[in-house]
Amino acid sequence: MSGANPAAAILAVRGIGKVYGSVIALTDISTSVSAGEVLCVLGDNGAGKSTLLKVLAGVHPHSTGELLLDGEAVRFDGPRQALDAGIATVHQDLAIVPLMPVWRNFFLGAELSAGRGPFSRLKVAEMRAHTSEQLARMGIDLRDVDQPIGTLSGGERQSVAIARAIYFGARVVILDEPTSALGVKQAGVVLRYVAQARDRGLAVVFVTHNPHHAYPVGDRFLVLNRGASLGEFDKAGISIAELTRLMAGGAELDTLAREIERG
Amino acid sequence: MTSLAPAPARPGSDERLAARHPVARLLRRPEMGALVAALAIFTYFSLATNAFLSPAGAATWLYSASLFGIMAVAVAMLMIGGEFDLSAGAMTGTTGLLVGAFTTQYGMNLWFAMLLALVIALAVGAANGFLVVKTGIPSFIVTLATFFILQGVNLAGTKLITGQVAIQGMTLVPDFAAGKAIFGSTIPVLGLDLKVSIFWWIGITALASWLLLRTRYGNWIFAIGGQLQSAVQTGVPVRRTRIGLFMGTAAAGWLVGMLSLFDVATVQATTGIGQEFVYIICAVVGGCLLTGGYGSAIGAALGALIYGMILQGIVFAQWDNNWLKAFLGGMLLLAVLVNLSVRRQAGVRA
Repeated sequence: MSGANPAAAILAVRGIGKVYGSVIALTDISTSVSAGEVLCVLGDNGAGKSTLLKVLAGVHPHSTGELLLDGEAVRFDGPRQALDAGIATVHQDLAIVPLMPVWRNFFLGAELSAGRGPFSRLKVAEMRAHTSEQLARMGIDLRDVDQPIGTLSGGERQSVAIARAIYFGARVVILDEPTSALGVKQAGVVLRYVAQARDRGLAVVFVTHNPHHAYPVGDRFLVLNRGASLGEFDKAGISIAELTRLMAGGAELDTLAREIERG
Repeated sequence: MTSLAPAPARPGSDERLAARHPVARLLRRPEMGALVAALAIFTYFSLATNAFLSPAGAATWLYSASLFGIMAVAVAMLMIGGEFDLSAGAMTGTTGLLVGAFTTQYGMNLWFAMLLALVIALAVGAANGFLVVKTGIPSFIVTLATFFILQGVNLAGTKLITGQVAIQGMTLVPDFAAGKAIFGSTIPVLGLDLKVSIFWWIGITALASWLLLRTRYGNWIFAIGGQLQSAVQTGVPVRRTRIGLFMGTAAAGWLVGMLSLFDVATVQATTGIGQEFVYIICAVVGGCLLTGGYGSAIGAALGALIYGMILQGIVFAQWDNNWLKAFLGGMLLLAVLVNLSVRRQAGVRA
């Protein structure tokens, strides 16, 4: 099923599971992602996508199985640890401040400054230049890094958030439903950007419920349902129609179609 | 020889921006509305009254503006961080009364008394901040409680210690003259006898502007007020910064307390009460959003300048003093409407 070489994987999980109290949210999931590869995690609402994301991002530690970073078993005690290990997560809300300029958002929490203690000052020109340079490199063409980030389109904002994650040393970028709130055109902007990140050698984990967004950009597809894996597929091994059918629950969808037709 | 080839674009510039004039850029700044209003009010009272532009007149409205301005700047920083401090006015009284009581009633060394008052003010500010951060109760409520507590303590405590509602006799305290040189002196500039508080006001405004626009703390303050959750997610030390802002308004309260104390050598127990909303109005007129995340220190200083000019201008024009309040309310409403459009332009797609 899986064509990945686990030895080269930056991030891998082996038989991982997560239990919240008496709720089994995730059982026996194994997958991996390597540099320059896009792993799509697909599933309907409640399939366990968010739980897997939280385990990978260090938000919640896993209950069973192993989390492997560069082949070594690790356990994250918080998002900061995952971040320090080069695993950046772009959450759905993007962690941006709409009224602040793009460049201030880009460096928020990690501002470049010169001088010591109370006399340290921001390197404003440098941060502006870095921001537009980074965005340009990733194909985001901004008119003005001084404009409030809230004035950008949804796709542009998503792209800035991804660029920020990459700039701050991420090797693995986890994207949580980056296209779900976007229109067709804006989703295209983000997908092109995901491809850019992949081409720059990043490992990308793309969590989504939309197979039409996942299929064009993904290398491999992990399909989850009710906390368990329905299988992991190479792009060559599955068509978009099959992927959609599998996600929607296959036989369940057939039954639904018949019911609706009769009605 | 100079080449005729077009200069390579600066990093960070874009050819589509070429048309943006520096003036257009300036107009986007939060304090622009206040600057226009300040010029209009200045022009009006200069023409309508003789006293307004006289050296003594100008020194008077500048002095008025300076005391409100120092507070408004600190309150603006707090408001940019998304909070309010209703105890800021009463704090100017509390600190003055503390120093007055410590020195005149208990014979404490003046400098030590001032230091102790500062420490107490900072502790009250920290307590405000801690309660807001820890419990999530809106700062409006927490500081409203602090305001009433301070108001009660100021009045009851003063009566208890002195039997009066004011503390007097500061001039007899050793070192009072030295204190007055720092906080209560008058400096002649170009024929104007300017109170030293005006220079404190300018200094505090410059310091606050620098903090807001050129340091990491400034970035954090805008982020906390603009989108708290995002600030948390990007690793901004949110609690420390928010508590620090409340301590900032308390420290400004202390400074203004000292400036009034050394100016008149007397402290009324009611000092500062009722002024907390004036600071907020000055900040809002200066471009601060009531919802946080946007504003400027220079704007708040201009808001205070407007307030000072109107306050004294009405006296010079020999109008009924009560018009001030009506005027203030109108300004506030206008400013809020202008600020709303700013937020619509920038943040509506958030």
